[in-house]
Amino acid sequence: MAGSTPASAIADATDVAPVGRVGALGRAPRRRLLRRILQTPAGAAGVSLTLLVIVVGLLADLLAPTDPLVPAGPPLAPPSPAHLMGTDALGRDLLSGVVYGARTSLVVVFATGALVLLIGVTVGTVSGYRGGRVDDALMRVTEFFQVLPRFFLAIMAIALFGPGLDLLVLVLGLTSWATLARVVRAEVLSLSQREFVEAARASGASDTRIVVLEILPNALPAAVVYLGLLLAQVLLLEASLGFLGLGDPNLVSWGYLAGQAQRFLRVAWWLSFFPGVAIAFAVLGLNLLGDALTDVLGGRR
Amino acid sequence: MTGRYVGRRLLQVLPTVAGIVLVGFLLIHLAPGGPIIALAGDSGDDEYYAFMTAKFGLDRPLPEQLATYAGNVLRGDLGVSYIQGRPAIDVIAERLPATLLLAGTALVGSSVAGVALGAWAAARAHSIRDLAVTSAALVLYAAPVFWLGQLALLTLALRTGLFPVQGMTTAGGPETGLAWALDVARHLALPALVLASQEVAAVARLTRAGVLEELAADHVRTALAKGLSDRRVLVRHALRRALLPVVTVIGSRPGHLLAGTIVVEVVFGWPGLSRLLLTSVQTRDTPILLGIFLLVAATVVLANLVTDLVYGWLDPRIRYR
Amino acid sequence: MTDRGGGSAPAGQPVLRIRDLVVEFDTPDGVVRAVDGVSYDVAGGETLGVVGESGCGKTVTVLAVLGLLPRRSARVVRGEALLGGMDLLRLPPRRLRAVRGKRVAMVFQNPMTSLHPALTVRHQIAEALRAHDRGLPRHAARRRAVELLDAVGVADAARRARGYPHQWSGGMRQRAMIAMAIANEPDLLIADEPTTALDVTIQAQVLDLLREVRGRTGAATILITHDLGVIAEMADRVVVVYAGRVVETGDVHTIFHAPRHPYTLGLLAALPRLDTDRQSLAAIPGQPPDLVRRPSGCAFHPRCGLHRGRNRCVAQSPDLATVGPGHRAACHYADELAAETARAAGMSAAEPGDGPGAPA
Repeated sequence: MAGSTPASAIADATDVAPVGRVGALGRAPRRRLLRRILQTPAGAAGVSLTLLVIVVGLLADLLAPTDPLVPAGPPLAPPSPAHLMGTDALGRDLLSGVVYGARTSLVVVFATGALVLLIGVTVGTVSGYRGGRVDDALMRVTEFFQVLPRFFLAIMAIALFGPGLDLLVLVLGLTSWATLARVVRAEVLSLSQREFVEAARASGASDTRIVVLEILPNALPAAVVYLGLLLAQVLLLEASLGFLGLGDPNLVSWGYLAGQAQRFLRVAWWLSFFPGVAIAFAVLGLNLLGDALTDVLGGRR
Repeated sequence: MTGRYVGRRLLQVLPTVAGIVLVGFLLIHLAPGGPIIALAGDSGDDEYYAFMTAKFGLDRPLPEQLATYAGNVLRGDLGVSYIQGRPAIDVIAERLPATLLLAGTALVGSSVAGVALGAWAAARAHSIRDLAVTSAALVLYAAPVFWLGQLALLTLALRTGLFPVQGMTTAGGPETGLAWALDVARHLALPALVLASQEVAAVARLTRAGVLEELAADHVRTALAKGLSDRRVLVRHALRRALLPVVTVIGSRPGHLLAGTIVVEVVFGWPGLSRLLLTSVQTRDTPILLGIFLLVAATVVLANLVTDLVYGWLDPRIRYR
Repeated sequence: MTDRGGGSAPAGQPVLRIRDLVVEFDTPDGVVRAVDGVSYDVAGGETLGVVGESGCGKTVTVLAVLGLLPRRSARVVRGEALLGGMDLLRLPPRRLRAVRGKRVAMVFQNPMTSLHPALTVRHQIAEALRAHDRGLPRHAARRRAVELLDAVGVADAARRARGYPHQWSGGMRQRAMIAMAIANEPDLLIADEPTTALDVTIQAQVLDLLREVRGRTGAATILITHDLGVIAEMADRVVVVYAGRVVETGDVHTIFHAPRHPYTLGLLAALPRLDTDRQSLAAIPGQPPDLVRRPSGCAFHPRCGLHRGRNRCVAQSPDLATVGPGHRAACHYADELAAETARAAGMSAAEPGDGPGAPA
């Protein structure tokens, strides 16, 4: 027969492929969802990596062999049983640094995520539900925030106000909500047109009630999925800032560790390698999880 | 393309530009120490302060200040870097070309390679080569760019000596002509490659998804039923439409790309804006910082505009709205 | 150089012979046998109507013949599709491509999505011409494209052709699709639900056009639809498909007046009529079968009024058997049906030629 051709790449999504059973694609119950995610290799990897980072971050105090800021061995020692990831120029254990770095990342990601979620969901919901002039105005604002260069704005803010965790979270949060708002708006828009909203309104429910009880629970899954991808970006941004030495000086972060490694690249490859791997794992985990969730929740409605 | 469409897009750019200028203005005024410290430094030189106050109208009501500031910016006057003692714009202009060279090379290279790879992978979806491309893209996309740079340095430069380790030119090397260009190219190769690999991953992923979706479209089936060859269908029918979201993504990357450029410059010692940026942060040289910020923002806006125009060219339905 | 098959296949000779075609799909729920041993012929100059519910396999059959099924999830298990002497299912890709659009052309259901939105209509038709005639210069192809559009009744074709599909109305787009299909004068034209996506008034126009094209070129036509009214108006012979199997074939008059398969009868009875007192639509009870877990024996038996619990329907799948001249049906109790329909005069079928206003 014909070899692999674009003809053959025509997906089953065409109306030609018959479905064995006509099933309604409702919201899958949680347990089944989790299992389906874990069934794909990507999903399983995503969940494991993300969980790994979270657990390490939460249990940092228990898992780190030593205090990362205190010299614990010979300087610039390669990885060994005593120091699994080697030591830095001051003899500080890198493994501990990486472990505590996980915690810093967790804090940044969660705090920023909360802020982004708050603003993004609010703007997106109001915009999508109200429509009309309100929607136009809010979308203009959203577009503007999408254009702002986050990295450079963060640098400028840090220069003016001094480095610190709260500033970082604030700046990153205030500049990253725009695309999430769009996603939420799209969901809310399509949901508002569905019959159950009409029904709720007809039975006299107030707008707030409808939004909170009917629309939001259905719009949130897509938002959360996108949030995962967004947080991966935030992680990378924070790492870059840390690399440049612009992070919170009181916290150990992966980016900072990698930045310190720059000078000693020739003699201590491990100083750059392990923090980078950690970041890559975390970001990869979030991305894979996001992809798997998208597939499972049904990209196409 | 209708002039009306172009004109309309240009007009929509204005409020955005205004907004960006406003943000810059706000930041100066919110900074601790107030605008005068931000613009003129904390040297304590009263005469200079008076001069700057007059120039930027800092003793006038706020709206007037904003107007003056906006006017200055649009005229290219970003203030004077009191650290360097020169107009900020001159300082920036000096360092800009090197950064543009690096970023530009990476952008063009990654866009072309990304689209090609993505289409190639989609044409044989779920095959070995598709899997290879997809996995590689996934990993590259997740890796922080400074890590990729350091890895590249370690493996390709330090150990093997294949590529120069730092800088844009060899000290004491050729200064003009082809030899110089080649020398620069050799230094450019690794940083550009590292920077591009991140972008390639993103573009390839998106192109693949877009082409895959397009290949399932009805009009592709029609094209095949007409008896067109697979290559023609892929390129002229599926890819053309699939490029739409890709163009959008490429157009949205400059901000991210420039951020990556700064980091890569630091890793490879490339003499662009990065050193200037970092020094300015340490010394709180606000005019420079502001200048760079406005420049990057303007670039992003410009990129969006170009993207929209290209989009209109690719999809005639948009133009006629 | 190019094989000018033209619409010149002698009338009465089979243009396409499909034999025992079996197509399977891999789905998340299991393997689906969408086409389960379908055989039919189309003769030169005739219009063959293929009728059945959505999902019964009528479209998959022709897509398989043209090699347009998704390779990864669909496969032709067995069967032949003979065009002249060639088995299309076993042709190497390049030769199949030469057939597509030249000897066999297809018109698809939804003209809005079936045309490329970013290429001009003129370009898309010219493309079809140049695909099979490499030497044709571009301006000549464009001119011919405009001529074709004119021939299918598009007003102001020269100017309109330079526009894009979204600027054309639904009916006009379908005309353009037809123009594209007949551009290379195919021996066989396959129309897959050509009017389903159109307004009723436009439907009539497009059907008229198809009839005219058929008359002019003498091409054989396969008309796939679920709309019996269209069949009544356009078809010479009819093939009724259910669950991937042909359950009845015959000429159009016989099928409408003396159907011998309960499914066909059900389809006819379900047509809304103005001339009876019946208040409700007589729908066929039940649902189309689950193609992963097919009913045993006759696929229709769970919904069949003739089944009456008899074991043969459950145990054995009926073959197509001759029940009259040129008339075959796949039912164990086809004769009983003949007797019953003769008795039940009130529950009869629509007359052929009733017009397209009778939606199925």
